[in-house]
Amino acid sequence: MKLLTANFLTCAVKGCKAAASSYPLHFKDAELELQEIDFQPEFIHNIIPRIDWEGLRVMANELGFPKIPDLKPEGDALNDEQTMRDLHRVLLETHVMEGRLCCGNCGHEYMIKEGIANFLLPSHLV
Amino acid sequence: MEYLIRFAQVHESFRQPEIQALADLAGIDLEFIYYDKYSPFCVIRVPDEAAARTLIARSILAKDIFELWGYGTNLEEVHADVRRRTTEARWADFRTDSFRFTVDSFAGKRSNDKKREIIQSFSFLGFQGPIRLKNPDQDFWVLEDYGWDVAAADAATATGAAAVTPEGRSSSSTPILRPVPEGQEPKRIWFGRWLANSSRDVINKYDLKKRRYISTTSMDAELTLITANMAHAAPGRLFYDPFVGTGSFLVAMGHFGALNFGSDIDGRSFRGKEMIERGGTMGVLANFQQYAIAGRFLDVFSSDLTNTPLRAQPFLDGIVCDPPYGVREGLRVLGRREGLRNEEVIIDGVPAHLRPGYIAPKKPYGFEAMQNDILDFAARTLVIGGRMCMWMPTANDEDLELDTPMHPNLEVLSVSVQPFYNWSRRLITYRRLPEGQVWDVSKGRSRLDSEGVYADELNSFRKKYFTKNPQYDNKEPRSGSATPAS
Repeated sequence: MKLLTANFLTCAVKGCKAAASSYPLHFKDAELELQEIDFQPEFIHNIIPRIDWEGLRVMANELGFPKIPDLKPEGDALNDEQTMRDLHRVLLETHVMEGRLCCGNCGHEYMIKEGIANFLLPSHLV
Repeated sequence: MEYLIRFAQVHESFRQPEIQALADLAGIDLEFIYYDKYSPFCVIRVPDEAAARTLIARSILAKDIFELWGYGTNLEEVHADVRRRTTEARWADFRTDSFRFTVDSFAGKRSNDKKREIIQSFSFLGFQGPIRLKNPDQDFWVLEDYGWDVAAADAATATGAAAVTPEGRSSSSTPILRPVPEGQEPKRIWFGRWLANSSRDVINKYDLKKRRYISTTSMDAELTLITANMAHAAPGRLFYDPFVGTGSFLVAMGHFGALNFGSDIDGRSFRGKEMIERGGTMGVLANFQQYAIAGRFLDVFSSDLTNTPLRAQPFLDGIVCDPPYGVREGLRVLGRREGLRNEEVIIDGVPAHLRPGYIAPKKPYGFEAMQNDILDFAARTLVIGGRMCMWMPTANDEDLELDTPMHPNLEVLSVSVQPFYNWSRRLITYRRLPEGQVWDVSKGRSRLDSEGVYADELNSFRKKYFTKNPQYDNKEPRSGSATPAS
């Protein structure tokens, strides 16, 4: 699972959606892998405005990443190639291969295996 | 300027919406001057040649596009129209270029002698350059439409004769179409200068027969590519398929440059046998690798759209889906059937859902309830102007317009129908409206699924499908009082 995808995810339990603590989900025992893919600046440019920056900072910090800039790049900063490449690496090339995603509100944990997360809920949480 | 599109004579109700979607995508001002569902030829007006080339470049249902030089119901009219539309100065532009003339007859035939005669009749254009049959500088076409014999066909349908479409498929709603007998004259003739081919040859590249990972529910290459055009898949954009399966839609969007992710309630569907049994590459990713577009694949995960983990905020450029109908694939969401116990299950002191190999229980779900969930999801997650393409089935006797699912935040852009023997499926294209604009949903479906427990009670399409196709329904009746099936 890429950090880009994780940025758009919250707890699947309906009762958690309104709770601020359900976002972002927290990685636990995460095993990371770097998988290089083509640099597509057009995509990064398009997607940055839709990223929850605070969520990304929290996740990157929990995964022990070098510091993500305090503020979301906007305007001219979006044309800086190095900034774009750094974000490409964090959002698209970093994969969580094994581990768990944990809800800060209800504590439910979603398993990640072979890079694929499972968000199916047991029936008592539906 | 007027241009002539030559379409493939397939998926007729998708042809205009596809061209319109491509015009919207490129910001081209498009007007249809002539269109007939029984004809491959269509005349449009766009500002210039560059626009015409851009418009056709991604099209799957068009074959090619021509600069229109003349039109008529016979050759004399065409000649006169050529003189009216173009000038001698224009002809002089091509005077010394190498060139070729071709006569193309739709639903009719011409002898070689007659073709030569037709070509010679254009000698007034005064081209002096060499004739070159391969890669000429200028490629001129005489395009004749003899017209399907639609009137006779309608009469035959009215008398109850079995109907066969041009593709050889039997259909209750399509009249018999036959080419006109030889020796007749065409109904319409166009003359044009060839400009550019479409992307129709891409269908072959994505042919399911040559794809690494498919299943019974994979959608064919042509329809997925058309869907990607309608959904405005393009470089830099983010797309999502909530019923990803083998990823056939994602691959088509990837072809057009979009980045994609998907989910499915059944994780086996996107993993595939290779990964599950032999620890090989995940099925959907293997398909992206096969076409050398792995950089446009983001992620897949197991989830249920009705209990989605995706945040309710606009972040998707597009959604494309072919939700389960409940015929080949069961229509299920997470949860237990009413009346079954619903508390947490503990096995050996460990919650069952934390043990390895846990499978979340699922219950049957309403066909219309599912569609409403999809529309609500789209309204929440699409960016303004973002599109959703949703396929849905319908029995052939249902009213087309009344049954289209609608949402106040989603404009219905087009509804295209692919008919089968006794059912059809429709591709509905929606656009997320800006806040403050509301789509009139009064023409939409207001009916809701009745309370039900079994698949047939929840799914009016499934019920109709099996009622009309009793040979497929081999199951014993569920009610104890019924007599066993013979």
